Amino acid sequence: MKERSFTKRLTAGLVPAVPYLWLGVFFLVPFLIVLKISLSDPAVAQPPYRPVFEWSDIAGFIGALDVENFELLTQDDLYFRATLSSVRIAGISTLLLLLVGFPIAYGMARAPERHRSLLVALIILPFWTSFLIRIYAWIAILKPEGLLTQALTGLGVISEPIEILNTEWAVYIGIVYAYLPFMVLPLYATLEKMDDTLLEAALDLGSTPWRSFWTITVPLAMPGIIAGSLLCFIPAVGEFVIPDLLGGSETLMIGRQLWSEFFSNRDWPLASAVAILLLIVLVLPIVIYRDVEARRLETRP
Amino acid sequence: MTRRLSLFNITSLVLGFAFLYLPILLLVVYSFNGSRLVTVWGGFSTQWYGALFRNQALMEAAWVTLRIALLSASIATVLGTLAALALTRYGRFTGRTLFTGMVYAPMVMPEVITGLSLLLFFVAIDLDRGFWTITLAHTTLTMCFVTVVVQARLMTFDRSLEEAAMDLGAPPLRTFFSVTLPLIAPSIVAGFLLAFTLSLDDLVIASFNTGPGATTLPIKIYSQVRLGLSPEINAASTILIGLVTAGVISATLLSKRSVLRSRRNAH
Repeated sequence: MKERSFTKRLTAGLVPAVPYLWLGVFFLVPFLIVLKISLSDPAVAQPPYRPVFEWSDIAGFIGALDVENFELLTQDDLYFRATLSSVRIAGISTLLLLLVGFPIAYGMARAPERHRSLLVALIILPFWTSFLIRIYAWIAILKPEGLLTQALTGLGVISEPIEILNTEWAVYIGIVYAYLPFMVLPLYATLEKMDDTLLEAALDLGSTPWRSFWTITVPLAMPGIIAGSLLCFIPAVGEFVIPDLLGGSETLMIGRQLWSEFFSNRDWPLASAVAILLLIVLVLPIVIYRDVEARRLETRP
Repeated sequence: MTRRLSLFNITSLVLGFAFLYLPILLLVVYSFNGSRLVTVWGGFSTQWYGALFRNQALMEAAWVTLRIALLSASIATVLGTLAALALTRYGRFTGRTLFTGMVYAPMVMPEVITGLSLLLFFVAIDLDRGFWTITLAHTTLTMCFVTVVVQARLMTFDRSLEEAAMDLGAPPLRTFFSVTLPLIAPSIVAGFLLAFTLSLDDLVIASFNTGPGATTLPIKIYSQVRLGLSPEINAASTILIGLVTAGVISATLLSKRSVLRSRRNAH
């Protein structure tokens, strides 16, 4: 009998322990390694950094760590500009996403109930098709001799090809396009639950639709606005594929900088330092996001 | 009150969905283009599909990608379901804050960071990069998505069914397998499908963790796209889009049917 309760406790304990251990080993430990390597020096060796950890010489190992890479990050203003430009691009994209996403989510929430699940499925469906392919599709559209130019010339709107590809505008279009479901779904989730009688009451009391939108709809949709904005802003800051394929060589973004330090310059310690920098920029938004999400899931009826 | 769609609502829905679907539609249309020039229409042709299937490297990459996606999504589904159970059924266990942090962070973490950190980890433990490192990396990322999907279902779950089974003398494990699991199965399937597509699609994490002989389809497509557009890639994309659409539609129909059936049984 006693033995049975022991196995029971063991199986019960395994439920949290297994995923906990997995994430600890494959998520937490790797971060500590990034931190360690960001304090190392590059070397022409395998692996391409020094010092390499050894149990026999822990003191020597710790002594060989320094903050040289971070000094380099502060001295060369390339990284500062890349960080600033990433935050700016992600911020503008998030605003554009709100502008584009809100009317869509609002329309979905007001649609007859029997159509709503179809509308939600239609928003999610593009998300299931490859991200890379959806970005790739825009190259053919935005190219100087591409489909957008062809269409606009055909309509007589323009006579010269328009240059969008390889500019920051293409990056905005790409981010808005790729992240739209992440903005629309949280917005829709809060707007759908909204009580229409509040709006009616405001209108009856003589409020204009515009004013009741700002004083009632927006405050009530705030949890969705915050969740959607963070869900778009955080990954957009570190975005690599979109600026790389659509943005051209001028578009400076920190994720791209990390990629080139790693793959082109093969400077692993510097790439790690850039990763730490990116993480410092994002730590606050990530913590807020985690709290918002955990609360949203736990207070659900 | 009956909600009425205003003209503004309808316009924003139409424009929104046009924006979402037009690029994909154009891609599909141009995969049947007879011309080698991607943006110039040269008549209907299916030649690029033939070329695609004769492209040995692309086919091999597709096979590697599929194997990684199946394997990592399967492991991620088990781990994610366990994590969801831990978060909903275990109250405030020690280290819960750290645990929720580790579940939510990978979902928003820029992929370049996740990719780099896992690679450095694999180098540190001296594991050869290739098929297995990508699989482990994808499992770690996608299990978090499975967790959230299954957790959302467990939150709305009627605990009295489990309690009834236990009252009738079913041991916890048996209760789990004969009551809980069938009820949350649709969300587990949804989590698996999500994990599967995320793995199929991933470029950044796979690029960091790949090694000789483990070129995935996104890595292959990316390197070709950098060289310029090719109608073959359009054809490959169209096949992927078709597969995903078919998968999503059948998953939706399946879950609808299971909802209908459980409603019928309830009456």
